Amino acid sequence: MAEHFKPVKYRAWEMSLEERFKEVYPPLTQREAEAEANRCLYCYDAPCMVACPTHIDIPTFIKKIGTGNVKGSARTILESNLMGATCARVCPVDVLCEGSCVLREEKPIAIGRLQRYATDYANEREIRFFEKGKPNGKKVAVIGAGPAGLSCAGELAKTGFDVTVFEKRTWAGGLSTYGIVVFREPVEVSLREVKMIQDLGVQVKCGVEIGKDIDFDEIMSEFDAVFVSIGLGRVPQMEIPGEDAEGVLDGLDFIEETKVDRLDKIDVGQRVCIIGAGNTAIDCATIARRLGSERVTMIYRRSEAEMPAYYFEYQFALKEGVSFMFLTQPIEVIKNARGQVEGLKCVRMDLGQPDASGRRSPVRVPDSEFVVPCDRVIKAIGQNKPKDFMDILAPLGVQQAKGYIAVDPATNRTGNQKIYAGGDCVRSFGEASTVMAVQDGKIAAKAIARELVSIEGENK
Amino acid sequence: MVDLSIDFAGIKSPNPFWLASAPPTNSGYQIQKAFDQGWGGAVWKTVGAPVLNVCNRYGTMDYKGSKIIGLNNVELISDRPIEINLREMRETKRLFPNNAVIASVMVESKKEAWQEIIKQIQDTGVDGFELNFGCPHGMSERGMGSAMGQVPEYTCMVTDWVMDVAEIPVIVKLTPNVTDIVHPARAAVKGRASAVSLINTINSIMGVDVDTFEIQPNVGGKGGHGGYAGPAVKPIALHLLSAIGADKEFAQAGIPISGMGGIETWRDAVQFMLLGSTSVQVCTAVMHWGFRIVEDMIEGMSNWMQDKGFERCSDFIGKSLPRISNFGDFDLGFQSVARIDHDKCIQCNLCYIACNDAAHQCIDLTSMQLSEKTLQNGRPWPVVREADCVGCDLCSRVCPVDDCIEMVEIDTGRPHISWNQLVAQKPEVLEWDKMEEYRKQANIVIH
Repeated sequence: MAEHFKPVKYRAWEMSLEERFKEVYPPLTQREAEAEANRCLYCYDAPCMVACPTHIDIPTFIKKIGTGNVKGSARTILESNLMGATCARVCPVDVLCEGSCVLREEKPIAIGRLQRYATDYANEREIRFFEKGKPNGKKVAVIGAGPAGLSCAGELAKTGFDVTVFEKRTWAGGLSTYGIVVFREPVEVSLREVKMIQDLGVQVKCGVEIGKDIDFDEIMSEFDAVFVSIGLGRVPQMEIPGEDAEGVLDGLDFIEETKVDRLDKIDVGQRVCIIGAGNTAIDCATIARRLGSERVTMIYRRSEAEMPAYYFEYQFALKEGVSFMFLTQPIEVIKNARGQVEGLKCVRMDLGQPDASGRRSPVRVPDSEFVVPCDRVIKAIGQNKPKDFMDILAPLGVQQAKGYIAVDPATNRTGNQKIYAGGDCVRSFGEASTVMAVQDGKIAAKAIARELVSIEGENK
Repeated sequence: MVDLSIDFAGIKSPNPFWLASAPPTNSGYQIQKAFDQGWGGAVWKTVGAPVLNVCNRYGTMDYKGSKIIGLNNVELISDRPIEINLREMRETKRLFPNNAVIASVMVESKKEAWQEIIKQIQDTGVDGFELNFGCPHGMSERGMGSAMGQVPEYTCMVTDWVMDVAEIPVIVKLTPNVTDIVHPARAAVKGRASAVSLINTINSIMGVDVDTFEIQPNVGGKGGHGGYAGPAVKPIALHLLSAIGADKEFAQAGIPISGMGGIETWRDAVQFMLLGSTSVQVCTAVMHWGFRIVEDMIEGMSNWMQDKGFERCSDFIGKSLPRISNFGDFDLGFQSVARIDHDKCIQCNLCYIACNDAAHQCIDLTSMQLSEKTLQNGRPWPVVREADCVGCDLCSRVCPVDDCIEMVEIDTGRPHISWNQLVAQKPEVLEWDKMEEYRKQANIVIH
């Protein structure tokens, strides 16, 4: 344990800013990849494959790395998951494939890193495995070019649909492009996946916002089906005094800066408070450290046991020298005379009775207020639900579930026969993740094809 | 303390570990260094006819990240002038009087040539000779090496010539590239050899480069057969060793055997000795790791001997030889079945698929709750249907977990009889209908 609490020192003369933002794990060399692949037992009906939400045939792709058929390995992965290169980097492998590896007790196979090895091999060489299917005359619109949307678009294009993706941002890729910290996934990885989808004949229209640049009605009349994969919104307000101070940032904006801006232009401050303890919060904290902040403190109102971040992310943050203040709730942002953040007033919490989610609710400890001095406050307490878009969809018969878009899990179809949805915007239960989003896209694509195209022995 | 020293047909050696005649014994420098590190003896790289070598000389078999589980070479016998080799032999023997120095010899098939070189080398004070009748490449095309070893009459004749002039023990080195190694071994005995050694390397093509289409090893765009050695050949060597060890005619001569072929560890060496080797020779492992491996070989064998209560090598040399038998003498009544220890099983299901695809379909994947963890992952367990298990042992061979699948001896009431006894008693079983009758009577069910 001791090792985890030894902070990493980032001294400019030891590691340049660029180096600090390179992928944390270097790519496997051929020798490393083959050695690791050969360690795989090649289980029959392997549990890793069952654990993968997209059911990648993991033993097969690993075996192929071992035989030197890396190209074939990438095909096996991408056949089940077009976003294989992103998933290789961001999947919580220790609770999915690697967590179910029969060798988990001693040392599970590094499935994520092997998947990265194979998919990078193919993507870097722009090897294309799939072609646009024979046109079937049907048009599908995809709203939002994140992993769910791209996965759905790619699968549909493979079967012959004419697919247009509408994306309000400058670049496609969604959180893979903008929201995954760069030392987990460089922007190029995401953009290469976008290119692969485009090469299948999918039109990706960036900078087009529904309701502003084009009306949803127009899309509904022009396309035979619509897949909504708009993700979630901005980080919500904490509703505490002083939140408008200069230096209070939205966590996702902060991550985005490090992905699209010059790193040396980012002014992160010396003492940073991060509010929240999810994976995004961890990303913000570790970025701040790597940008050079001396003191980065994560503030979370529940205890270590309840924190939503993956365990490996938590361990990573500890190693990076991030401090944690559990059972602590911010109640006010303290501003200086110029309106800038000067500190964060917090209160101690205790755990009371379990709430609806089963987690014990935090209760304030009376008279326990204190101030954490800081010059930045970064909020990472989740994302807003897709309320604006629900307003557009509701009149069309689309139901909502706890503020998320409600879908039939077998088809990802909404209450409207023509509208399907997937990704974070439908994740009303369970944990939002890239791999689940990809699977949503696949399920919807299959359902759309079944619905719109007569398939063998089944005319609908 | 155990005594590792051996007396090999009169050649004394502080331990049974010898370097085989090969690149590691090319020079006095190398052999002296090896003796310093603990090697008991060395067979000098073959001296004899003039040669010229080529580049590249080696090809390897690598397996799943492990380098050199097999090594092949097209290097020839010593290309150094004979005088230098003789001078260094003399010097080495002077510096290491207690180590075994054996000169390997190969010249063309002429009595004078053989007798002259034997006399010349004998003068250096070496402890013995090894006649290289085994080299399968380069020399064999010139009528030497395996070209002699493959014809028992030649083996006998040349051995006989050498024995006429040799005053020190002569070992005949046998080639594995024959149909039945017993015949050249008997020929060596007939030629009055003091001992035999085996195996020399096996004819082989190491591989083809699938990018360039070149043969490995690649000699300027061409390739050809070379001699195969290394860990992968050990089972072949053990078989050939046991074949001559179990041969009555050979055994009557009472001459020792120096075994080699894939020996890398003390464990390998012990196996060769249990099957009748008095000394063991090593080459590939030294080519891979250097002379230093001998320290562990000596220590490992000493520890093993102590654990087993053996005081000297002769206590266990040939101890497993009586177990070498023939299929026809095996007990048909010996029955075993596979038992899977589900506490150790990691549910990789490799036993299931091996049994189902490649054996007798007697392992089922069964949903059962054996512990908390099964409940969690819902993964089925491999379970042996013992009544249908033929006891082939494939499942335990593929199982990656130590001692998870055990072959358990069971008594099914089958008669304990060998095939040879059966056909002697009931020759009619050689007809299928009678065989069926016998099976019914003996309670042998074939699925």
